[in-house]
Amino acid sequence: MNARDTLTYLDHAATTPMRAEAVEAMLPFLSDRFANPSGSHRFARSVRQAVDEARDVVADVVGCQPGEVVFTGCGTESDNAAIVGTQRRHGGIAVCAAAEHHAVLHAVQHGGGRVVGVDAAGRVDLDALAAALASDASPFVSVVSVMTVNNEVGSINPMREIAEIVRHHAPRALLHTDAVQAPCWIDLRTITPHVDLLALSAHKFGGPKGVGVLIERQGTVLEPLLQGGGQERDRRSGTHNVAGIVAMAEALRLTDIERQAENRRLAGLRDRLVDSLLQQLPDVIETVPRDVKVAGSAHVCIAGIESESLLYLLDEAAVCASAASACASGAMEPSHVLAAMGVEKRYSLGALRMSLGRTTTDADIDCALEVLVAAVRRLRGAPVHPAVGMKGVPA
Amino acid sequence: MKVMIAMSGGVDSSVAAALLVEQGHEVVGVTMRLWGGESDTGCCSVSDVDDARRVAQQLGIDHLVFNFTDDFNEHVVNPYVQAHTQGITPNPCIECNRHVKFARLSERATLLGFDAVATGHHARATPSLVSGFELERGADRAKDQSYVVHMIDQAELARTMFPVGAMTKPEVRAHAARLGLRTATKPDSQDVCFITSTGGRSTFLGTRIPFRSATVVDTSGATVGEVPAVEMVTLGQRRGLGLTGGAPKRFVVDIDIEHAVVTVGDEADLLTQGHLVRNMTWVHSPAHAAAFATVLVQCSAHGTPQPATLAIESDGASVNVQWNQPQRRIAAGQSMVLYDPTDRFVLGGGICA
Repeated sequence: MNARDTLTYLDHAATTPMRAEAVEAMLPFLSDRFANPSGSHRFARSVRQAVDEARDVVADVVGCQPGEVVFTGCGTESDNAAIVGTQRRHGGIAVCAAAEHHAVLHAVQHGGGRVVGVDAAGRVDLDALAAALASDASPFVSVVSVMTVNNEVGSINPMREIAEIVRHHAPRALLHTDAVQAPCWIDLRTITPHVDLLALSAHKFGGPKGVGVLIERQGTVLEPLLQGGGQERDRRSGTHNVAGIVAMAEALRLTDIERQAENRRLAGLRDRLVDSLLQQLPDVIETVPRDVKVAGSAHVCIAGIESESLLYLLDEAAVCASAASACASGAMEPSHVLAAMGVEKRYSLGALRMSLGRTTTDADIDCALEVLVAAVRRLRGAPVHPAVGMKGVPA
Repeated sequence: MKVMIAMSGGVDSSVAAALLVEQGHEVVGVTMRLWGGESDTGCCSVSDVDDARRVAQQLGIDHLVFNFTDDFNEHVVNPYVQAHTQGITPNPCIECNRHVKFARLSERATLLGFDAVATGHHARATPSLVSGFELERGADRAKDQSYVVHMIDQAELARTMFPVGAMTKPEVRAHAARLGLRTATKPDSQDVCFITSTGGRSTFLGTRIPFRSATVVDTSGATVGEVPAVEMVTLGQRRGLGLTGGAPKRFVVDIDIEHAVVTVGDEADLLTQGHLVRNMTWVHSPAHAAAFATVLVQCSAHGTPQPATLAIESDGASVNVQWNQPQRRIAAGQSMVLYDPTDRFVLGGGICA
């Protein structure tokens, strides 16, 4: 069964379907071309060439030198390598924004770092960031981490302004950005010049799971997380995931080519989806204004319902969306992003993240609208079971 | 029917789910995430969720995880902690059933279009000769759990299923083994899910409320010992009171939490003729229970029911239980459940004042 024929997939921020070209690109390295690229024979050298070419492609799209591209196992590893690696090498503490992905937030908190607030759109509060960096409190800040695009609500951080603040108030600090959600929407060449470190994850832009990138700008020296064979110029030991790396480069290349057109197309679909929802359902808020977020993000908060119930009804109708992140058990966690943004609880309880992408069609929007409006009306209109919480306990 | 089965990851709910599938129902398994903190037992650990999910996959049914940690904190954990500061010892599993399983989960099941909620409890919802349904003890008397689900009312009974209630525990395990379910030999959970076996109740409470030391006196008022935490003392307790050995057995017979004084006495001092029970719930009605000259009253999950007569307040909210023979006193906060004279059917239950 082809999942894409039967599902309305609006969860591209969780993961994207792989591009056929990327699948095609990786297949030879899962069969005939199995050599270890670090080997010394001709068989190895030909595979090494594929990794080198992939690195050139990534460098071109990101806007950096090939030598600045480090292949990793995933976005989370890249974020951890940036934050933990900086602290291990240079000491000090990390500072990040409260709406960061847990890969950053937990790494920063684990190392005793500081978390600064965000505005109502989920972007880092620039004054709070400046204050956190300007304070004389020791230990010194060695790394600042702010995401390019928020994974839940889609808001875009002003990386150039953030860089200016960091350079001014904490000139010794490295600036890292988790750009995992960015490649489909933002030309990374406009981000890279402002940062020292930048993390990517292949499966967010049509590549396979289990491969990521950490851009380490020239002059940036980190302590590697993994000790071993010294691959990636001693920056990330471990045998290369050749198939993954090659497929990722192909996916990134195509994403870069199609970005502008896709941004226009998907903004149109997203606008229709959200406008129609707001028109058909009362007491729904668009969580972040469209002018400060990416085109594929349709995050809304629906008062009077619970996300878990809504997602069940959407799932029943084969519409894939999400609320916030899930914990290890699979249970939905209350969103730390919405909490940091100060979204009222009656709205945040009914958070819904729909994220559009390359495979999203007009028909998907029609289907999602029909199912979603019916589900919300049902959840809002249904009589509450009379016995709730009252049995034997006087009110 | 479309049935939502609460799957804890244990053998009973695994087999309950399997039976529902065998009976041809449309079944969805749900594991409730209740406790967000440290845990080594009960229904909240990730490995238990894994077990529930794998069993559901094996049975070919959907499996979801619902996050009810806020409700669990509000209705179970916080009241449990607060009660200890007032010398009250609640039963958290009963409060979880009352407020979460047979309220929050059941409400959501209705909202999502389910006809019934099933659990793996050893109890039975059987058609009544009176009206509606009876809440009956499970077929395996030793494993019967009607005590902890006693608060289910008629509205809830009508949409509740206990698929393993008619089976003995060995039958449940044999069925699980026959199906090759990974939970077939999993040990029964015993303890409160939010209290770890390593830390125990004292660690759990000690990090949440201030402990106060208490003087231990005998029934004449003479000081005989001291305890570090009056909040940890329970009625009937014998050990850990700082008493010198040798003397006749002495039990905690009174706890004055306000003045931090614990009184110890003979076993006879523990005995009482009766109890006031509040917050009553009734399977049918107060009048239905009042029609029995003598009922059986059970005071703990697996306690032996004792005969008593009832004096029910006119509003049905509280009951004076008069024992036929004097019984040991029950700690305030514990649930007392009334059964019919044949010891089969729950009549109602409430909380010991």
